[in-house]
Amino acid sequence: MTDRGAVSEREQTILHIIETARGKRAKFRDKRITMAHGAGGKATQGLIEGLLTPAFASDTLDELADAGSVCIDGALLALTTDSYVVKPLRFPGGSIGELAVNGTVNDLAVSGARPVALSLSLILEEGLPAEELRAEVEAIARAASEAGVCIITGDTKVVERGHADGMYICTSGIGHRDPRADLSPAGLRPGDRILLSGSIGEHGTAIMLARNDFDLDAEIESDTRSLWPVVDALLEEAGPGLRCLRDATRGGVASVLNELARASSVAMIVREGAVPVSPEVAGAAEILGIDPMYIANEGKLVAFVAPGLADAALAAMRALPGCEAAAEIGEVRTEPPGMVLVETSFGGRRVMDQLVGDPLPRIC
Amino acid sequence: MRFVDEFRDAELGRAVSGQILSLVEPGRHYKLMEVCGGHTHSIYKYGIDDLLPANVELVHGPGCPVCVIPMGRVDDGIAVAHEDGVIFTCFGDMMRVPGSDGSLLEAKAAGADIRMVYSPLDALRIAKQNPGREVVFFAIGFETTAPSTALTLKRARAEGVPNFTVMCSHVTIVPPLRALLESPDLRLDGFIGPGHVSTVVGARPFEFIPADYGKPIVIAGFEPLDILQAIEMILRQLAAGRCEVENQYRRVVPYEGNLRALEVMAEVFELRPHFEWRGLGFISHSGLKLTEAYAELDAEVRFSVPGIRVADPKACQCGEVLKGVIKPWECKVFGTACTPERPIGTCMVSSEGACAAYYNFGRFAREREVV
Repeated sequence: MTDRGAVSEREQTILHIIETARGKRAKFRDKRITMAHGAGGKATQGLIEGLLTPAFASDTLDELADAGSVCIDGALLALTTDSYVVKPLRFPGGSIGELAVNGTVNDLAVSGARPVALSLSLILEEGLPAEELRAEVEAIARAASEAGVCIITGDTKVVERGHADGMYICTSGIGHRDPRADLSPAGLRPGDRILLSGSIGEHGTAIMLARNDFDLDAEIESDTRSLWPVVDALLEEAGPGLRCLRDATRGGVASVLNELARASSVAMIVREGAVPVSPEVAGAAEILGIDPMYIANEGKLVAFVAPGLADAALAAMRALPGCEAAAEIGEVRTEPPGMVLVETSFGGRRVMDQLVGDPLPRIC
Repeated sequence: MRFVDEFRDAELGRAVSGQILSLVEPGRHYKLMEVCGGHTHSIYKYGIDDLLPANVELVHGPGCPVCVIPMGRVDDGIAVAHEDGVIFTCFGDMMRVPGSDGSLLEAKAAGADIRMVYSPLDALRIAKQNPGREVVFFAIGFETTAPSTALTLKRARAEGVPNFTVMCSHVTIVPPLRALLESPDLRLDGFIGPGHVSTVVGARPFEFIPADYGKPIVIAGFEPLDILQAIEMILRQLAAGRCEVENQYRRVVPYEGNLRALEVMAEVFELRPHFEWRGLGFISHSGLKLTEAYAELDAEVRFSVPGIRVADPKACQCGEVLKGVIKPWECKVFGTACTPERPIGTCMVSSEGACAAYYNFGRFAREREVV
């Protein structure tokens, strides 16, 4: 006997109301912008889907992909833009300059576009030591050369002391859509496998520790890197069997999965025990009371691959330097649509929901 | 992680789960309350509900220190945070709790200097680094966090930090439990006792639960195996017709508690005559304030705290949900006026509250077998 028969009419009504609310386009009703609007969770979604996309009525924008598409004289191009406001400017494993290149390159890569060129805008704070600026310019040049992109235009502005935490960087990128696959959330099919390109949580944890708010010490480095080689290998191995890619930046893997489950009205099931997390990140997350699935990455992607090609795609990823820990972490299902479920290592199940605000340390 | 992974062993979990199954009397429904928000968190994190037969129901108790802070108290905090020159510090998960007109997170966006700290000592450090500013620490929590606030206050006084004060909203665990147990419509069979609180107060203060109310209580740790084992111990008591205080968390909790921590608390704090709990109303002798000797470090003395009481919305039935009288979905405002994005009552505030958990997870929790 199951308990399902016990669901009363009143409960059914309530469940229906909840589901309708979940399916609705997010609204933007807040009085002010709070830090939660920048955290990549529900508030960010409200800002984007409730205010921005309705204002600009554009089909390609409505897809909320990492990059938009534009066709010029038959050439299919991808265009993306991003701003970088990280504090501190330098942290173990990287710096704001490297992030500004790799982040934008990765938005192109996970859209299935080979990155070609970037623009670079620097917003500098009055008083920024020239040495720090020089170091970042060198970091930008190095990262661009490693990612195989050119910086072809730029801009500089200086703002008064106290206004830009040293420096902010904006980059835009343009890339060639790769013909080997047509990546889109609409391509997800039940049974598709969910692959992760390596261990998670390193960037966000490195930044949290570098801010020194917590007096914790651990050797954790940001994972910032270009993901194009990984995407290239996946396209080569899986071709059209590669359905969709996302880089798991702000909001972590959990946010990426939730976003796609909603966008494609599919369910996802994740096996917690299969998700690679380094012991250092697991330890820091345990102490801070934060789930690594919600921590930002700067060099990890989530790939959705047709079931028959998943093993080959995984092997291709693992052969690349930095992706040795790549793993299959779950699969796409039909029920319950729009939701991400986790099979916990302990043998239970739960919903892995969207983040409501910033991941804040818990006290109890 | 050593000393952690051992308590998350899935195979041992299945074994305890099997024992639980064998202890359950067919056809009987068991309602057990986990008092502490930390337990609720673990129960959801590990999907422990899934390992129990459906007629063993876990009711989430009043032990989430963030959720029980009433709206008026949040409003008071925000008022102090907006005073000139104030740096207002609090724990991270307090930032999102709604007052009558927004949360501390929103007050921060509106210009107040509100900073998240991990310990009261961090707040004291901020005070020393900013001698020209008034630094206020919004102290919340049960006996778990109260000793660290007390030690910080002692240190602030010893070091003579003039610009540091504490807005004390600490609460104690026994009065709300007694209030719940006094309620004539209570429907609970036993309690999973709060592990962290008990490391400070010990097991002794819970003796009244079996003695006066005839319910078993098992103090438990926070790993999934701890919780499953505590459930098994409660069911074993019920099956044998026993009711007593048992301590599953003996590796950390001594029967007498932590005497030094209790001493420090007694030196710095005294009981308020009344304290208001979100969803539960006023409970006598349930909140702590600073003693006369520490008045100069009391933010409520230094600043004009409005102290306005904001009544819980009439339609809110958190009290009944907490007592296990109604299910979340039976509340009039559940899922309509009260949602995780715009919570009205305590049970919807934290993601671990009974209502928020049901909102997010409810329908999947119903697929379990009934014995």
